[in-house]
Amino acid sequence: MMPLVEVRNLKKYFPVKGLLRVKGYVKAVDGVSFNIERGTTLGLVGESGSGKTTVGKLILRLLEPTSGSVYYDGKDVFKLKGKELKEFRRKAQMVFQDPYSSLNPRMTVFQIIMEPVKVHKIKVSDPESFVVKLLYRVGLNETHLYRYPHEFSGGQRQRIAIARVLALRPEFIVLDEPTSALDVSVQAQILELLKDLQRDFNLTYLFISHDLGVVRYMSDYIAVMYLGKIVEYGPAEEVFEKPLHPYTQALFSAIPIPDPVETRRRKRIKVSGEPPSPINPPPGCRFHPRCPITKDVCRREEPKLEEVESGHYVACWLAR
Amino acid sequence: MAICEPIIEVRNLKVNFYTYAGIVKAIDGVSFKICRGETYCLVGETGCGKSVTARALTKLIRPPGRIEGGEVIYYSDEGPINLLELNEEELRKIRGAEIAYVFQDPTSALDPLYTVGYQIAETMYEHGRVSKIKEGILRAVEVLRNVLMPDPEKRVHSYPHELSGGMRQRSVIGIGLSNKPKLLIADEPTTALDATVQAQLMDLLMDLKRRENLTILLITHNLGLVAEVCDRVAVMYAGNIVEEAPVEELFRNPLHPYTKALLRAVPNPRKKSVRLESIPGTVPNLINPPPGCRFHPRCPRVMDICRSKKPPELWRGDDHRVACWLYE
Ligand SMILES: Nc1ncnc2c1ncn2[C@@H]1O[C@H](COP(=O)(O)OP(=O)(O)OP(=O)(O)O)[C@@H](O)[C@H]1O
Ligand SMILES: Nc1ncnc2c1ncn2[C@@H]1O[C@H](COP(=O)(O)OP(=O)(O)OP(=O)(O)O)[C@@H](O)[C@H]1O
Ligand SMILES: [Mg+2]
Ligand SMILES: [Mg+2]
Repeated sequence: MMPLVEVRNLKKYFPVKGLLRVKGYVKAVDGVSFNIERGTTLGLVGESGSGKTTVGKLILRLLEPTSGSVYYDGKDVFKLKGKELKEFRRKAQMVFQDPYSSLNPRMTVFQIIMEPVKVHKIKVSDPESFVVKLLYRVGLNETHLYRYPHEFSGGQRQRIAIARVLALRPEFIVLDEPTSALDVSVQAQILELLKDLQRDFNLTYLFISHDLGVVRYMSDYIAVMYLGKIVEYGPAEEVFEKPLHPYTQALFSAIPIPDPVETRRRKRIKVSGEPPSPINPPPGCRFHPRCPITKDVCRREEPKLEEVESGHYVACWLAR
Repeated sequence: MAICEPIIEVRNLKVNFYTYAGIVKAIDGVSFKICRGETYCLVGETGCGKSVTARALTKLIRPPGRIEGGEVIYYSDEGPINLLELNEEELRKIRGAEIAYVFQDPTSALDPLYTVGYQIAETMYEHGRVSKIKEGILRAVEVLRNVLMPDPEKRVHSYPHELSGGMRQRSVIGIGLSNKPKLLIADEPTTALDATVQAQLMDLLMDLKRRENLTILLITHNLGLVAEVCDRVAVMYAGNIVEEAPVEELFRNPLHPYTKALLRAVPNPRKKSVRLESIPGTVPNLINPPPGCRFHPRCPRVMDICRSKKPPELWRGDDHRVACWLYE
C-alpha cells in the first residue's frame, strides 16, 4: 500500500540576519525522510528546537522547503497548483498547542467553525445543524453555539479547534502539542476524542509532543528528532521497548515514570550538557558531544539513518 | 518511618483574591507540616493553589490577594515563630537566609542588566555574608561551581541572555542557595526546560539537598517527578489538600476519588495503556466554588452529604490522610 505521506530528504534553513547581510542559517530541518501510512499515527518527539513544528508545517506547505520533497497521496505537495492545491489545503490540517490564540476572540463558536467551510466553498444545507452535529462529536452542544472563546476552558477551546478542523472533512491532521497546555484530566479527554475520531473517519495523524507517555499512548510509529535530524524511527512499541540510538535511550531514561518503585529502580543513561545550537551543529554525528559512547568515527562522519531491524531505523555508528 | 521533626507547619491557611468579578477563595483552609530533611511535594492541576500556598508561607502575597487566616509556624534555631505575624523587615531576613525560593521561569528571576555573579554577590551582601560586592563576586564562582555550572570563572561575568535556559536555572538555584537556607521552596523549577536538562537539574537539586542538608518543598503538576523524588505528597484540588501520604503509599493505595482518577489519567511511557481515565467536567471557578466538597460535581462516587458539608480530614494510619466522606 502506498503511504499517505512520504517525506524525502526535506530541509529547511532559516537565514539568521546580521546588520547588513545574512550571518548564517538555522538548520531547523536538515535532511529528513519518513513515511506515514494511512489511518496511522506517527509520533514525532525530540527536544525543544529540534525541528518538529517545522517538519509539520513543511508537510502542510505552510512553509516552503529549502530542498527536498513531500508526497501526499503520491503527489508532490510543493508542485500542487489551482484546484489540487485547494483540495490539499482542505484535506490536510493542523491543530496547534495553544487553543486560545488559534481562535478568533471576536467570533462566536458558530462563526469560527463555519469560516473555513465558507473559504473552501463546502456546501452545507443547514449550517446550524451542521455545526451542532460537529459540536456533539467533540463533546459540546447547541448551548455553546453563540458563545465566544473567552467563555470556554482550555480543554473546551481545544475541542472547538478540533471541531473546526473536522468541519472540512480532513484526512490528515498535524497535531502540534495539542494537549500540552491542558491539565492531565482534561488531556485524557482530548486524547480519547482524537482516538475515537481517528477510528471513525480513518484519519492519519502526525502527533508532535515532548510528552513520551502521551506519544506512546497515541502512536503506531515513532520518529525521534535531534537537531534537525531523525535519529531513530520505527514501530512505536519496538522503539519504546528497545530504543537503539543513545539519544533516544537518554531521552527515554530521563523521563520520570509515574510509579515510585519503578522510577527509582530504572537505569538512567545520563548525558552531559544541553543540545547545541542548530546554527553550527557539531560535525559528524550531531549528538557526539553529549553521547556517552562516542567513538572517533562519530566525530568525523555523519551516520545515515539505516534499517537495523525490520522497520526499525537508526542513525548511529555504534548501534548496528 | 523516621520520626518527623517539623521545620515548618501550616495550619488552616486561607487566602482570598479580591477581584472585580468577585472574591476568589483560592486557599480554603490548608494544613500540612514538612519534616526536616525530606522532600515534600504539592501536586495538583492548574489553579489549584500550589503557588499561592508556597508564596503565602512567607507572606509573598500581593494585592488583590490577602491572607485571611491561619498560622505558619517556622521552627528556627531560636524556637518556633509564626511567620504570618512578622513584619516585612523581619520576613526579609527569613527569606533567603532561612527559606529560599526557586520559581519556574528563570528569566524573570534574573535581572537582565546585571551579570549572574553580581546578582549572587548582591544577595550575599544583603544578608551580610560578605562585606563588599567584590568579595561576593569572588564567592559567586564557588556558588556557581556548586550548582555544576560549566566554566564558572567565565560564567560569573555572563549576563542572563548569554546563558542557556538550563544554565539560567542553575544560576537561580545558585542564588537561592547562596545564603545557605534550610528550606528550599522550588515551584515547578524544571518545567520550562527540555527533558534531558530537566533530569540533570533534578539530579543536581537532590544532590544539593544531601550535601547541604536541605529540606525541599517541591511544587509540580508532574506525577512522574513526584514519584521520582518526593518523600511525602499532598494532592491539592481547588484550594484544598484532598489527600496526603508517603509517596509509595499514595501511588499504591490512593483513597480520594480525585487522586485515583488523576493517577489513571496519566499515560505511562513505560507501558502501552489501552484507555485513559478522564475526569468529566473541569476545575471549578473559585469565586463560586461548589458547596460541600469542592470535587463533588465531578466525583463518580458523590453522596448527598458531599453536596452540603465540607469533608473533614480523616486519618488512615499514622501518615495517610484524606478529606472525603467515603472514609467517614
Ligand atoms: N520562522 C523562523 N525563523 C527563524 N528560525 C526559526 C523559525 N521557525 C523556527 N526556527 C528555528 O528552527 C529551529 C527548529 O524550530 P521548531 O519550532 O521546528 O522546533 P520544535 O522541535 O518544534 O521545538 P519546540 O519543542 O520548542 O516546539 C529552532 O532553532 C527555531 O528557533
Ligand atoms: N493575582 C490574582 N488575582 C486573582 N486570582 C488569583 C491571583 N493569583 C492567583 N489567583 C487564583 O488563585 C488560585 C490559585 O492559583 P495558583 O497560582 O496558586 O495555582 P497553581 O496551583 O500554582 O497553578 P499552576 O499549576 O497553573 O501554576 C487560582 O484559581 C488563581 O486564579
Ligand atoms: Mg514546536
Ligand atoms: Mg503555580
